[in-house]
Amino acid sequence: MVMSGEAFLEQLKSKFGDRITGANLTAIDPWIEVAPEGLVAVCEHLRDDPQLRFDMLNCVSGVDYFEPDEKKAKKLDWDRHVEVVYHLSSLSNKTSLVLKVILPRWKDDKPGQLPEVPSVSGVWSTADWHEREVFDLMGVWFTGHPDLRRILCPEDWVGHPLRKDYEMPLEYHGIRGR
Amino acid sequence: MSVDFTIQFIATSHKAPTPMATQVDDPRIIEFDVRTDEMLVNMGPQHPSTHGVLRLVLRTDGEIVSETTPHIGYLHRCAEKIGENITPRQWIPYTDRMDYLAGMNMNLGWALVVEKLLNLELPEKARHLRVLIVELNRIASHLVGMGAYGLDLGTFSPFLYAFREREKILDLFEEACGARLTYSYLTVGGATADLPPGWLQKCEAFLDQLLPVIKEYHTLLTSNAIFVRRTVGIGVLPREMAIDHGCTGPVLRGSGVNHDLRRDGEQRYTEMYDGYAFEVIVEQDGHYPRDHDYPPVPKQAVLGDCWHRFYVRMLEVMQSIDLIRQAIDRYSTATGSFGEPVKLTEKLPKGEAYMETEAPRGQMGFYIVSTGNGAIPWRARARSSSFCNLSVTEKLCRGCLIADVPAIVGSLDVVMGEIDR
Repeated sequence: MVMSGEAFLEQLKSKFGDRITGANLTAIDPWIEVAPEGLVAVCEHLRDDPQLRFDMLNCVSGVDYFEPDEKKAKKLDWDRHVEVVYHLSSLSNKTSLVLKVILPRWKDDKPGQLPEVPSVSGVWSTADWHEREVFDLMGVWFTGHPDLRRILCPEDWVGHPLRKDYEMPLEYHGIRGR
Repeated sequence: MSVDFTIQFIATSHKAPTPMATQVDDPRIIEFDVRTDEMLVNMGPQHPSTHGVLRLVLRTDGEIVSETTPHIGYLHRCAEKIGENITPRQWIPYTDRMDYLAGMNMNLGWALVVEKLLNLELPEKARHLRVLIVELNRIASHLVGMGAYGLDLGTFSPFLYAFREREKILDLFEEACGARLTYSYLTVGGATADLPPGWLQKCEAFLDQLLPVIKEYHTLLTSNAIFVRRTVGIGVLPREMAIDHGCTGPVLRGSGVNHDLRRDGEQRYTEMYDGYAFEVIVEQDGHYPRDHDYPPVPKQAVLGDCWHRFYVRMLEVMQSIDLIRQAIDRYSTATGSFGEPVKLTEKLPKGEAYMETEAPRGQMGFYIVSTGNGAIPWRARARSSSFCNLSVTEKLCRGCLIADVPAIVGSLDVVMGEIDR
């Protein structure tokens, strides 16, 4: 960072208020948690601010925090959720930043209803394919994405394979799955 | 393309014309009404010039491509799902199979990110060994990129010459680790073995022999009139678009962006190259660093076109030769061991780490998440460079000729194993 992590976080908080919902500055890669509704505004600010200039989106990843085994789940120190992690970097400042959006595993707790997060494909075009991949494999719906369809799995595939409770289909077009 | 020939006959007699009587006295009265329709052309997934199983659906009007839709996923092998069921060292062979032309670079990317999570420091000798090996693999990878690009544009011989030299690199690798394609040589904590005795001399002899050959390649392709006309001014990628789409590696530098992770990356990665002298290959004022021995930039060339991307790769081969020479010196005088691989079931601390390295095709990123329960990561994610590089195809191919599509896709030098993972 050009400025210290704390100063940067304070600056973001004063600008976006409660849309910055959390942060961990002591992690290996310090991250900032953003509320889904504020994501696009925060990203546009990060890209356009002449001091920050995070012009490249390196990666969008989905992580599913869910332990199918109930015995193990009791010992865990986190609740079930899905994270979408954005790794940004600035080519001119040689800095990097991690943003996180924390979502429920299913929208309104109804299994099958994908959680929603606004798409940042209008901010960085990289997000177009990356969000399609996260949708395909992790089952996160990116609202406002121009063309949200599966990218790695076939179009008629059922389910989102990187979910921890995903089960392989018994068969797919006559091919044995399990 | 559908062509309608409408031939109008003027009856020359009162009889209806029989098929035999279709001779035309006046050629001017034949009216060719050539109309073209929009047509969808399916290119791939088994097309020789799509570099693996890439399928492009082209919407064409005559020879002009108005829309290109890439379809990927034919080589999807669920690497990320497998990664969250095995330990990081067990996942090393899966990274080999991502960019299978640069297995060493993939091993390194994953090894570094796990070391970042474990907060592991490497002995000096291991670092120089890694530089030596990954730069050698970069040469092998760029040679294939060059040869295959020649194939795309219709010349066969550079491919054969490129494979001749690559074969020697594979022989060196085989001697070092036993494998010729999927090495699993660099691993978490160092490498699996030290270089065998006499290996460095063989490597040096190979570099001496490679240098004059590179000039032949330049004569064969870079300054070849046909090659120049097929690549100059085609598929121009402006720097803003390259950054916006997350293009990296030679594709980004071919657009004039001065960015190379070996110099600008994270400290854990750049310290590997500490003290090495090298210049980032990028055009400045119409010149590339130390290009005086090589063909000049053609006058018609536009920064960001296919020719520039190709030329950056060719010069990176020279850069890698330099780096290997320096690495050989340092490696032979370095103290310490070649590194000790961590236990197969090394317990991972709670946390997450992300890191990118400069692979031959661009920035290869890996992301590991661990919840601190045992040796198996909670999530293993690979950010592929070719994946982002390929996503510009749609914009680059808009309005180009069908024959230029292989030239553009080839200049991005994608490897499908890495895109589909």
